Amino acid sequence: MATLAKEAADAAKAEGEAPWRRLVNDFCRSPLAVFGLVVFLIVVLVAVFASQISPQNPYDLNQLDIMDSRQPPGERSADGYVFWLGSDGQGRDMLSAIFYGLRISLAVGVSSAVIALALGTTIGLMAAYFGGRVDTLLMRAVDIKLSFPSILIALIIVAVLGSGVWKIVLALVVVQWALYARTVRGSALVERRKEYVEAARCLALSHSRIVFRHILPNCLPPLIVVGTVQVANSIALEATLSFLGIGLPITEPSLGLLIANGFEYMLSGQYWISVFPGVALLITIVSINLVGDQLRDILNPRLQK
Amino acid sequence: MTVFILRRLMQSFVVLFIMSLLVFVGVYAIGDPVEIFISPEADQIERERAIAALGLDKPLWAQYVYFLQGALSGDLGRSFRFSIPALELIMQRLPATLELTVAAMILSLAIGLPAGIYAGFRPESRLSKVIMAGSIFGFSLPSFWVGLMLILVFAVELGWLPSTGRGEVGTILGVTTSFATVSGIQHLILPALNLSFFNMALITRLTRAGVRENMLMDYVKYARAKGLGMRRVMFVHVFKNILIPIVTVVGIQMGQVLAFAVVTEQIFAWPGMGKLIIDSISNLDRPVIVAYLLVVVIMFIVINLVVDVLYSVLDPRVRLQDMKG
Amino acid sequence: MTEPTLSVTDLRTWFDTRVGMLKAVDGVSFAVDKGRILGLVGESGSGKSVTGFSIMGLVDPPGRIAGGSIRFNGRELVGLPDEEMRALRGSRIAMIFQDPMMTLNPVLRVETQMTEAIFAHEKVTEAEAKRRARDALGQVGIPSPEERLKAYPHQFSGGMRQRVAIAIALLNKPDLIIADEPTTALDVTIQGQILYEVQKLCRQTGTALIWITHDLSVVASLADEICVMYAGRMVEQGSVDDVLDRPMHHYTLGLIGSVPSRHRKGQPLVQIPGVMPSLLKLPGGCSFRLRCTRADAACTEEPPETSPAPGRKLRCFHPATAVPA
Repeated sequence: MATLAKEAADAAKAEGEAPWRRLVNDFCRSPLAVFGLVVFLIVVLVAVFASQISPQNPYDLNQLDIMDSRQPPGERSADGYVFWLGSDGQGRDMLSAIFYGLRISLAVGVSSAVIALALGTTIGLMAAYFGGRVDTLLMRAVDIKLSFPSILIALIIVAVLGSGVWKIVLALVVVQWALYARTVRGSALVERRKEYVEAARCLALSHSRIVFRHILPNCLPPLIVVGTVQVANSIALEATLSFLGIGLPITEPSLGLLIANGFEYMLSGQYWISVFPGVALLITIVSINLVGDQLRDILNPRLQK
Repeated sequence: MTVFILRRLMQSFVVLFIMSLLVFVGVYAIGDPVEIFISPEADQIERERAIAALGLDKPLWAQYVYFLQGALSGDLGRSFRFSIPALELIMQRLPATLELTVAAMILSLAIGLPAGIYAGFRPESRLSKVIMAGSIFGFSLPSFWVGLMLILVFAVELGWLPSTGRGEVGTILGVTTSFATVSGIQHLILPALNLSFFNMALITRLTRAGVRENMLMDYVKYARAKGLGMRRVMFVHVFKNILIPIVTVVGIQMGQVLAFAVVTEQIFAWPGMGKLIIDSISNLDRPVIVAYLLVVVIMFIVINLVVDVLYSVLDPRVRLQDMKG
Repeated sequence: MTEPTLSVTDLRTWFDTRVGMLKAVDGVSFAVDKGRILGLVGESGSGKSVTGFSIMGLVDPPGRIAGGSIRFNGRELVGLPDEEMRALRGSRIAMIFQDPMMTLNPVLRVETQMTEAIFAHEKVTEAEAKRRARDALGQVGIPSPEERLKAYPHQFSGGMRQRVAIAIALLNKPDLIIADEPTTALDVTIQGQILYEVQKLCRQTGTALIWITHDLSVVASLADEICVMYAGRMVEQGSVDDVLDRPMHHYTLGLIGSVPSRHRKGQPLVQIPGVMPSLLKLPGGCSFRLRCTRADAACTEEPPETSPAPGRKLRCFHPATAVPA
């Protein structure tokens, strides 16, 4: 009966389409994923233009007035403008703080994911291409790394190096590289055995040319999927570290730190200082995951029935 | 069996050795051990005495031998803040963390397994879709955020449950635990729920995938052809097969949960070793950090060993002797 | 005249897939008497397995029985409530599957898998169930059955596993056994042994048997009746001798021609040109016409079921009468 179902599906897939076009079409089949993508783009725009659209510069202490502290959402400040999402303990407009915080969170999350991707991909490709001892050694390192929880590794690094933006990025890279390395190695191993690689070798092309021009493009689909989800994960991890007070410095608060700052007020019912940055964080993470989920479905050959 | 366990133990020691080397390099070579092991409040004489005692005037390899000797005899330095041996401090906090971890694991299995079985058995039903949507949230919501929301809803707004600290403890079968008192259990519910959230989602998805995959297998159809009821097919035939990957994941996740207890303990002011490590990092109480790392590594190794043994018990096809380990 | 053990009339089993209605079985009729063996022959995808599952009531969505009747011992099975159908499965109607590697549950002992088939239908003691399981294993020629009961499926060879499956089918002394290509996955010598034993057991116990296969030579040596299926439809039916010696449908003719034979050594095998069309894109009229050398304009109409001789059925406008060379 399985053959029957397969036959039916093959018949459905028979109409040929250009791969990119098909990818876009497949992606758009899930309205939820399209929604996620649109939301994420909005989040990115907000982060990029944070300084232009924020009512207040939350880092400029001169603009803050202690009289405005902990105003509920919708309240007017002493200067007469509206705190749409309330203000925090120092009289900072939450909306502005969230916009700026979003910028830092996204920057840290994306940059660490990109660096980890580059590093992990290189390592994974090397392991797959050279095989033998190199492979064993690198993959053993990957296994050991992956057997320890990411938060623990981040804790170790922060404990040894101390905190700061670049140290956090470094910690996030160390946390993530192994996943990329393993993903790339898996698909590169499959590609390496294919005939076109053999052909490229016969043409005496250089190692790096074969690896990066021939093998790498074929490993991209799983990398894209992992990369998307990892951006969300590193944003969440950075927020967690900042929330614990061992992440980004207090001078430029990311979303995690904003949430932590509001924590003590939350118990007395002043929920907005924590909740709104949290909502911003959630919207970011969930929208990325929605996109990632759909990418996984359309790029995974095993699921293409 | 014995041979297998012995071999795994040997491997574990190798991993432990490598970890101790890494920790040593991290603390002694990258960081400044004088700063790490000697309290900043110490005066010049104390400082010099300590340097000599720690062997910091010796070459690096000799320092490592010193460190290893200390570690083997259980001496990992003294906490600056509490002035008691770091290891002892960790051990004091360990039971609370273990209790939280185990409670979270039980909770995630108790909810995740039935939810996953249902969603796998009736993938098209509305409840299954709700379960799956919920599991996406369990995956993507940062754990600390979920913790905050639990506090906001159940402690602040509804006032049903306490949000900070550990309740009264009592003894059951000689073990001191929160499970023995009502207040203990009340205090345990929110942190355990918080910590279990991610795993609940993971177990739900894993179970669902396993059920769906196994339901298509010939042996399921064959079992039905024997006239077995759906209940037996599901809970004996399918369940025993999906149990294998689930036990593996639960084992691996045990370590994850242990590590993520750091976050939960911080939010709920749970007096475990996770809260201790964060406090120690903030206070630069480095002997405690080193002790914590080594203890956690040992726990990881033990958990991995237990998972491997369990795995072979559950799956008759896996013979321990054949495993490369 | 007594009623046959099983009579299937105009059975239609359809699958409602995303890309259209897939008529896996579309108008199949046959009957099996007590103690008789029916060979159900066709290529893969011809609907013969789906026919077997339809009788067992094991067609899963999106498939359903869209029409026709299945009468078993005078009782209509189509539309029978689930619980009544379950009670019949494995007790009155048993099934043996194609691949013994896949049908026994890998993580349950053979004993469990045997006794549960008894407990599903009868209230007997553990010891009694075990005794019957042991006897059944002995009956199918498994040495030292007592010990083998404790074993897991992976400790058996393929042939032994299929014997276990046969033993399970025999446990409740069914009136009908449906065997779905049970020897395809086995070595030729073991295939022979199993064929012989199954035949013997059926004769002894008066069990009716439906043997599903694509292998005409198996049917020739085993069955009393033969029913040839093509693309979901019955194309020819009759006693084994009649059909194999005087085939009338060109598909049957082609099948017989493609079996290698000693008498035609050195001559090229006759091939049926082309492949079976997708069940979703069947040509109108006779579904074999695109591959048939004798097809003409008449064949664009659906050929009706005719009875060219006593005890024979046929769907063809141009019956062949020649004996194959």
